[in-house]
Formats: sequence, C-alpha cells, structure tokens
Amino acid sequence: MDVISLLKRLSEARGLSGFEGPVRDLVRETWEPFVDHLDEGQLGSLIGVQRGCGKEPRPRLMLAAHMDEVGLMVTDIEDGFLRVSRVGGTDRRVLLGLEVIVHGRHDLPGVIATRPPHVLPKEERKKTVPLEKTFVDVGLPEEQVRELVSIGDLISIERQMSKLANRRVAGKAFDDRACVAAISLALERLSKIDHVWDVVAVATVQEETGLKGALASAFGVAPDLAIALDVTFGEQPGADKSGTFPLGGGPAIGLGPNFHPGLVERLKKVAEDREIPYQMDPIPGRSGTDAWAIQVSREGVPTALVSIPLRYMHQPVELLAAEDVERAGRLLTGFVADLEVGFLDEIAWKVGEAA
Amino acid sequence: MILRELSEAYGVSGNEDDVRSIVRDAVRDHVDTVEIDALGNLLTVKRGTGDDPMRVMVSAHMDEIGLMVVDHDDKGMLKVQAVGGIDARLLPGALLAVGPERIPGVIGIKPIHLTESGEMEKVSKVEDLVIDIGAKGKSEAEEAAPLGTYATFATRYRELGPTVTGKAFDDRAGCAVLVELLRGEPFEFDLHGVFTVQEEVGLRGARVAAYAVDPECAFALEGTISDDIPKEKDGSPTTELGKGPAITLMDRSFIADRRLVRLLTDTADELGIPHQFKQPGVGGTDAGVIHLARDGVPCATVSVPSRYIHSPVAMLNLEDFENTVRLVRESLRRLTRETLE
Repeated sequence: MDVISLLKRLSEARGLSGFEGPVRDLVRETWEPFVDHLDEGQLGSLIGVQRGCGKEPRPRLMLAAHMDEVGLMVTDIEDGFLRVSRVGGTDRRVLLGLEVIVHGRHDLPGVIATRPPHVLPKEERKKTVPLEKTFVDVGLPEEQVRELVSIGDLISIERQMSKLANRRVAGKAFDDRACVAAISLALERLSKIDHVWDVVAVATVQEETGLKGALASAFGVAPDLAIALDVTFGEQPGADKSGTFPLGGGPAIGLGPNFHPGLVERLKKVAEDREIPYQMDPIPGRSGTDAWAIQVSREGVPTALVSIPLRYMHQPVELLAAEDVERAGRLLTGFVADLEVGFLDEIAWKVGEAA
Repeated sequence: MILRELSEAYGVSGNEDDVRSIVRDAVRDHVDTVEIDALGNLLTVKRGTGDDPMRVMVSAHMDEIGLMVVDHDDKGMLKVQAVGGIDARLLPGALLAVGPERIPGVIGIKPIHLTESGEMEKVSKVEDLVIDIGAKGKSEAEEAAPLGTYATFATRYRELGPTVTGKAFDDRAGCAVLVELLRGEPFEFDLHGVFTVQEEVGLRGARVAAYAVDPECAFALEGTISDDIPKEKDGSPTTELGKGPAITLMDRSFIADRRLVRLLTDTADELGIPHQFKQPGVGGTDAGVIHLARDGVPCATVSVPSRYIHSPVAMLNLEDFENTVRLVRESLRRLTRETLE
C-alpha cells in the first residue's frame, strides 16, 4: 500500500466520535485482505484478527488506534443558521471561515459564519469567537433548513489532504487515522510472514469523548498484551520544545506508569535491531490515549504506547511526516515477528532478593 | 459562470495578473478598446449609441487581501505580513496557496491540549503566525517561497443551492457584474469599464484610473458586508415543558446509540407521541457508566423535562409525564434483538 494515498483516504473519510460508520467501512475494506476475521464491537469498534501459527491456545496481541475524529453537532436552528456544540475536543479557535458538511437528511455543504471585522467593536476583533457565537450557515432559506436539518445532526470539517514538501502531509483527522494507517501497513506485511501470536487489530471508536471504544473492546478482545498507537505533539512554532517531538525523528515510545517496562524494552530492541529511528516519550501519569483504558481492562494488560509526532493537533491542518507512519508500521511488524511463545514469562515482574 | 473562475483566481493586491487575464479574455470581443495603465488597471471602453455620449465610468477591483512572505526561519517556516485588511482570527487552521505555483501551505497554532484556558481568548497577530509548507530548513523555504511571495486562501468555489461560497467575492462579484454589463448591448453613453488594482491597500488603482478616464459620473461595484447572522442570545433551553419526553442524543457522559434513538423516534412518530431532543452536550446520566460495562452496552436516555431541578422545588408537566410513560412502554414493546442489527 502507498502510505500517502492511504493517509489521504483515511484523513478525508468522515467519522465523528459515536458516528464512525463511513471511516469504519473504509478501514474494513483496507484490512479485509490481510486478516482472517473481522468483527464489530458493541460500541462500533472494528476488530480484525490475524491468526498466528503457534499452537492453540495462542496468546493475543491487541493493536489499537482510534478512528473517530472531532467535530460539531447541531443544537438549535435560529433564523436558518445552526447553533452548535462540540463533539470531542474541537478547537473553536480554528473554526472561523472553515468549510463544513452538515449531515442532515442529505449532506449539505456549509461554512462557519463569521462577522466581518468591519462591524465588530475593536475589542472583539482581538478575541477568539466563543462557541455560543459560532454558527454554521448552509446558505438555504430557513424553511428549507428546518426541513433538512434536525437537532443532533452532525457536522464534519471539510478539508482535503495536501501534499507538502519532503513527503509531509497536512489535513484533518490524522489524529488518529495516521495510526490506523500504520497498523494497516503492519497487517499487510504480517499477512506475508509467519508469526506465533494472534494479532488483533482494533480501530477504536469514541476515543475523543473519553477512551470509550478502547475500554469496551479491550474487555471484548481480552488481550494478553497491547500496544496502543496515537499521535503526539510534533515540534512546532508556538509550543515549548520540551514535550514535543521533531517530525521525521521516528515514532515515540511511551515511558511511565501506563506502560509495561518489559514491553517498552522490547520495542526499543526491535527498533534498534532494525535501525528504525525512534524517540522516547516520558509520560508521568495519564497518557490520555487508548493505552490508559486498555491497561486496566479485566485483570490488567501489559500495555505500551507508540506515537507518531504531529503538528497542530485537532486543527484541520494536522501535519506529519509520512516516513514516521511507515516507521511505526515497521516497528509493529518487527515486534510481532519477534514475539515468541514465552514472551509473557520473559517480562513477568521479577522479585529480587531484599537488599 | 465567470464568478467561479474569478473567485478561484489568485490576485493579492499588487499581483493581479491572473484576474486581469481572465477579465480581458472575457470582455475583449465586446468592447471597443482595452488598455492597461502604469499600475495595472484594465481600462475598457464600450462606445455609446448616442450623439455626444456621456462619459460614464463603472469600476470593480480585481485585487484581494492576502499575505506576503517577509522572512524565513531556521525551521523552514515562512514569516508573513498582511496585504490589506486580513482578519487574523481567520488564519489558524487555514490552507493557503503560496506563490505562482500555488504550493500548499498551512497555518497552525499551539494545540488546544497545550493551551491554558485563559489563552484561548487570545487572537495571535499575523506577525506571530507562520506558514508551514513542510520545508525542513531555511534554504529550502527560501527557494520554495522567496521574499515577497504572495499567498492567499486556497478556497474552491462551491454551490449550496440558491447561494454559493468562495473566496474574494470582495470584489470578484463586482468584476463579474461589470463583465456582464460589458458583454451586453451598448448604452447611449460611453461605458468606461475599469477593473482596478490595489483597492485593498488604499484605493490606489481607482485613483489614477479616475484621473485618466475623467468621467462625468461613476459607479463602483462591490461585494459588500452582510452581517445578518443571529446575534448573541442564550443557548437553547435544554428542554421545554409541555413538549413531551426528552430524548438524549449526546450529553457530557455518553453518546446515545442511534439504533435505540431511532426506535424511540419511530415509535413516537407512529403513535403521535409528542417528543423533543434534549440540547446536545448538556448534563449526564447513569447511561454514562452503563454503556461502558464489560464490552459495551448500547444505551439511550429518555427524560421528563423538569424546571428548577436540584432546587428545593421543581416543576414538571403531567402530560409530559404521561407521554414519557407511553413512549418508553411502547418503544420497549417494539424492542427485539433485530433492533440492534
């Protein structure tokens, strides 16, 4: 698969938290050739199983990346304009002047309405617009709007992916579909090699509204080991250098209480053996990713986090380096290829002699 | 329609060449003379049919607001300044076309996750924003977008039914009107159709054009402000008493399962039970944890609207209460495993 065209398809697909249907169809279609079995969780997560060649019962590795994206929901219709609420952590500062699609009876193109600076009091021009003053305009007469749009209808950001210099791309929803792409690349390669463990790839839902798909599907899958994939803050103008990661520096591996140290060590070894560049991402507590929910599923799951650096998170110009997506895919592939039957014993907590 | 081509053309003040070419091609066969003056104004004359015709000037400006590259940083970012009155509130999240090759570039800001809540109010100045074209360093950025390169919004023209959207309707809408006039039948007077430059940086093109044309009277054609969106008002009332049971679509604790919502609304529609949707995004219920039990449980919430909840004295409408009983009972009667398929 060509990573850039895969990223384009995933980025441009629609699928707000709780309403992931269209992107789920795309992921299903993408994974179908590479997995033995596809299923849907109760909340809508897509679960693809690639069987290993080990003896049954085989241990299971869960790979999770979320496919939902942030957006808006219609809360009221006023003079033919739509009032809105956020679905997930939508950044209201980037809404002004955006093109959107209102998913009414049929899809309606629209724009985020803006009052021109000419008519605003000077003070207001220096302030970002609060959500209570943010409207969507579909350019139709009020009666027609009322016929076609209902409270609760979803509104997606409309943005095509742009190819920038150096195989960098910009667009919406790379958080976290870039990681869905990385898992897809890994599944493709793994379908051609023998691996011992079962691999259960999960495109989770409702991450942006509270890690919900991961929580439910980790229970359903009951993995022995899990790697969550998400995006992390790329080095960018306006943000402190610490806690951000250079684009093109390779995937970041999470360090901290959310992650099993044995699993982290193995990921580093896999990267080093294969000369895949990587970065370390210390996270002292809540990681805010699917890994946080998966780790405490059932009796507990050794979990790790692999992240792709991304600039301008939750903006329609999310920007990343395609090579980092490919590297994350290679890291997962190598990790699975190297997984032996006894790996869980290898990383079991050792109790040493008391000093 | 010529408005599409004009809107999508690229013509920041001082760089109106593309627009000028489109306009000239559109009118050259319908006017008697076409000239371009020292600043780049396109001056046309459509001779009148009368004896001793009046000199009437009708103008529209070709230029649009935009950005200009004024520096490059070590990370390969383009520093910019505004050309004309650009609204800095609109730049974060924008996709731009940079330079004559229209290379894509974007403007992003610090992620919301890293922004303190007090900072959310602040609009970044144009000078503090940069365009990211994916370049890795200064020399690459300099080569791709040298000093003085213009950038504008990369917005496509879209049809929304009776309305259309696009960039630069100020003043390509005026240009399109003037093109239509020039393509029509001649007037009694001499029509001096003038497509001007540099309006957005201080009405500069029109000044010299008016001097040259020396008209007896003139009309300027513009795309102007329409500020008819609703003004500040409270949010919607969450629910209203007497309008029936309230069905939740999304609140702070969960997103309702669409299949169960459909069961409720289909049942209500079939039996003519009045119902309303609770304003999305407000409040939370037990469904917030129920839907996360084990491998997930499809959930919905139905509520009796009630004023003054959490106060010593609340109020509800008994018809709403009866209708809630009816809606839930009848919906449950229709519930089967197939509902969830």
